[in-house]
Amino acid sequence: MSLRYISNVVTLEYDLAKCTGCGLCVDVCPHAIFALDGKREKAVLTDRDLCMECGACMRNCPFDAIHVRPGVGCAWAIMMSTFRGKAAPSCD
Amino acid sequence: MTKIFDRFLKQPKDVSCGGEEPSCGGDRAPADDGSADRLKRHPWTYGITNTPAGGVPIIAAKMSFADRIGTMRMRLGIGRTSYAVPPGLYGVGRPDRRSPVFVTANYKMSFDRLRQALDGFDGWILVLDTRGINVWCAAGKGTFGTEELVRRIESSGLAQIVSHRKLILPQLGAPGVAAHEITKRTKFRVLYGPIRAEDLPEYLRAGSKATPAMRKVTFSIRDRIILAPVELSGIVRHWLFLVLLGLWILRLIGVRFFSLDFPAILGAVLVGAVLVPAVLPWIPGRAFAWKGWLLGILLVFVIFIIKGSPSTVAGWAGALSYFLILPAISGFLAMNFTGSSPITSLSGVVKEMRTAVPLIALSTALGLVAMIVSAVLKA
Repeated sequence: MSLRYISNVVTLEYDLAKCTGCGLCVDVCPHAIFALDGKREKAVLTDRDLCMECGACMRNCPFDAIHVRPGVGCAWAIMMSTFRGKAAPSCD
Repeated sequence: MTKIFDRFLKQPKDVSCGGEEPSCGGDRAPADDGSADRLKRHPWTYGITNTPAGGVPIIAAKMSFADRIGTMRMRLGIGRTSYAVPPGLYGVGRPDRRSPVFVTANYKMSFDRLRQALDGFDGWILVLDTRGINVWCAAGKGTFGTEELVRRIESSGLAQIVSHRKLILPQLGAPGVAAHEITKRTKFRVLYGPIRAEDLPEYLRAGSKATPAMRKVTFSIRDRIILAPVELSGIVRHWLFLVLLGLWILRLIGVRFFSLDFPAILGAVLVGAVLVPAVLPWIPGRAFAWKGWLLGILLVFVIFIIKGSPSTVAGWAGALSYFLILPAISGFLAMNFTGSSPITSLSGVVKEMRTAVPLIALSTALGLVAMIVSAVLKA
């Protein structure tokens, strides 16, 4: 059994060079995609495909090391926004 | 057609949905500040404590009967649009200057989860105005966000009430809040607590330390099934469902327009909105629409095992319409469950919709043709 969604689609980008190892991304990711390396100097990206593009890591990274296009992973919102001609899907 | 959803991939936008609560409902109109309302009597407040920044209501940690009825109504999808508490600062237990501060959304169910978890603890609860939306959805929208938190810290006079400078936020609020910006602007330091309020006592006892398990979102069979009534209540109130139900009732009392197998349609609805969520991890494949389609096909086979295979051309055309329409219905509803799941990304949903939506439309259209052909041949 697995609760994995479609692979190789997410927009998550991580720049190791900018990372200072503060560990905030490790705290905020609800899928534990980030972990600190053995020496606790850098965060490492473990399982990128588990990302749901919530944007918590990017919003909380003080060093601009993470980029992701956050959005609604919700088919209904995407359909409704399409029909109403909205710029981005939202749950309203 | 297959590219129409792609435009959402181009624009960055701070919205998200799904997770903790069924789905993200629409916003209520924002109140001016709304915090004065919390000093009125509410069933869940039982006094006011005086602080250097004025009176702060003390709330009950235990749920009353009315609270439980309210939760049940939300779970059943009755009157979902307004279930909010007034934003602002509250106290639980006997809070003092050293008590921890917890931040939450003004969706009553979020607020209830938190106060229940804090039974036996002394603390402050800072409720943000998220327009009655839960933490996770509101964080995606940005209403559980940096700006609102800064505003509430200032308007509540929190800095005069507590001597420390720490705030405990639910981890699922992180998509809306930049912790380092809060520190820069208010001197308060943000600690992300556990995802589930139930883990707060253990988190507090461990000295504000969350275990890896507390930081991971789960989507257990219980989590998935508890969402089914809300999904279903949305479907059965849809005009299309009501029209089909009406036609079926007319048929039962003898008014026949055309043959319509309403129980089979209801079966496809239950497969897509209840069975797929329940057995989600065990269905092969990744795309939700595919999972729904697959179980929909199984449903059609079950129907024909019960009914027996058709013997006439009209019968075969009718059977074909079952294969084209029922899996399309369950696939469509399963696809909509992406919004309730905490595992789907926007990129992934757009990718699956690009294939699924045209196929569902085509399959339904061909199925309707087969239905008409079957009816004509029978006549």
